[in-house]
Amino acid sequence: MSVSGLPSGNHPKWRSWLLTDTPTSRHHARIASLYQGWLSFRSNPMAMFGLVILLMMGLIAVFAPLLAPHDPFVQDLSNRLAPLGADDHLLGTDSLGRDILSRLIYGARITLYIVILVALIAPVAGLFVGTVAGYAGGWIDTILMRITDIFLAFPRLVLALAFVAALGAGIENAVIAISLTAWPPYARIARAETLTIRKSDYISAVKLQGAGPFRIITRHIWPLCISSLIVRVTLDMAGIILAAAGLGFLGLGAQPPSPEWGAMISEGRKFILDHWWVATVPGLAIFLVSLAFNLLGDGLRDVLDPKDSGS
Amino acid sequence: MSGIVIKNLNVWFDGAEERVNAVKNTNLKIVQGESFGLVGESGSGKSTILRALTGLIPTWSGEMNVTGERLGRHRTRQFYKKVQMVFQDPYAALHPRHSVDQLLSETLRLHGFSNVDRRIEKLLDNVGLGPTFRFRYPHQLSGGQRQRVAIARALAPEPEILLLDEPTSALDVSVQAEILNLLDDLRRAHKLTYLMVSHDLAVVGHMCKRIAVMQMGEIVEIMTIEQMRDLNPQHPYSRHLLESSLGYKRQKEQVPQKP
Repeated sequence: MSVSGLPSGNHPKWRSWLLTDTPTSRHHARIASLYQGWLSFRSNPMAMFGLVILLMMGLIAVFAPLLAPHDPFVQDLSNRLAPLGADDHLLGTDSLGRDILSRLIYGARITLYIVILVALIAPVAGLFVGTVAGYAGGWIDTILMRITDIFLAFPRLVLALAFVAALGAGIENAVIAISLTAWPPYARIARAETLTIRKSDYISAVKLQGAGPFRIITRHIWPLCISSLIVRVTLDMAGIILAAAGLGFLGLGAQPPSPEWGAMISEGRKFILDHWWVATVPGLAIFLVSLAFNLLGDGLRDVLDPKDSGS
Repeated sequence: MSGIVIKNLNVWFDGAEERVNAVKNTNLKIVQGESFGLVGESGSGKSTILRALTGLIPTWSGEMNVTGERLGRHRTRQFYKKVQMVFQDPYAALHPRHSVDQLLSETLRLHGFSNVDRRIEKLLDNVGLGPTFRFRYPHQLSGGQRQRVAIARALAPEPEILLLDEPTSALDVSVQAEILNLLDDLRRAHKLTYLMVSHDLAVVGHMCKRIAVMQMGEIVEIMTIEQMRDLNPQHPYSRHLLESSLGYKRQKEQVPQKP
């Protein structure tokens, strides 16, 4: 870690309190280890870049009504397909004369909503299935992993399409469909990690204290799986955004007039040769956010990977 | 009163093709308060006996009694309050993401102790670690300090019997002595019964009153430590083991003369 490279001596008091090797309470120990993790994360400029973009996107989504220059739903057919930099419409207008910038800003809400929901559902489901399968072994493992294999065998978007078609179009169903297709890789990772952990002495040691399987899985195996899962989730975020955009693009995700980015690209496709910005601008937004998540994932891997910590 | 009585113990591992018999027809009796050593080369089944006792290996037959109670398939929490184990490798025996405090407080809570904070301080003190070690993570500790933490964890439920699975073999020599002295002191202070596994006869000689020599899953001889010191074992394998532990004996070399 780069902590040792910091100038020492003239730290303010809170700083040395955070960097101490000898914490004085449980609380202190936790805060200090968080701070030291943050320091090593901060030393990675690309990861910080990703984090800043995502924080800005979060702020934009929260303050969308204040930031958006126009109502994203108001149509102005006399001013349709205005080019970039047109009066009063910085990023132009779409085929119905709606302000693209405002739609992008409001669309950030939908994108974040989808991403956060999927990121809450899929890894948790995968973690649960994978650790239970890996720890229990035997027929439980066989059944759970064959189910996982079945889900993995389908192309992701095709399976999501089938789910949305069965459940009906809409953002919530798109979230469920994407989550259903996203969990198997997490289950695989969690199971692989569990298999290496479950025979280790520290698991035997806690068994010798009379701990049951539930406690061992949640308290002792999960903490070791979570770091690799978090990294994997952030790397998958781009894919999740693109899957949501893909469903939107196919008309199975967010429904018009909702300003979901994929749906915006889908609408702009009709004019892509003459009015390229209508589809390109939301495409760039998706690209930027996906890139930010990837960079963040890279940085988090450096901080969280237990195999690296301790050196 | 008897601490551990083992009769006709067989332990096996089911392999893909055939069953591996790790321990065969073993009989053992360890008196309460005694310090008993199990020696033998690697793979002779020493650790397997400990693991079968603690319930970590379910495939065994025969009879095992601990403080007069016969053991069944499953170990109760009551059993783990009486019998604890210290593992061989202190680098593998501590959860890498749990601090010393988390480790000990979880152990104490599992055994239903209250006033956890005071007990943690006392346990750390017992194993010769100051309160500054309380919030450290395993990677911030040396091998010897880790083994002390592992011993503190084993002592937390206030057991009567401690199973020691080569507790010093992963440590360097100077630290070995520290840990052995600590274990000796703890045994006296807490009136513990030790069943210690080692391949190092010097370690066992330091700690134990009686030893059993194992070979290929069978106990070939049980002798007192005096017999061992007098280099007077009965069984040829014990003699061989003892001789090899004395180190390389320079034999009178007969240099073949060139004609």
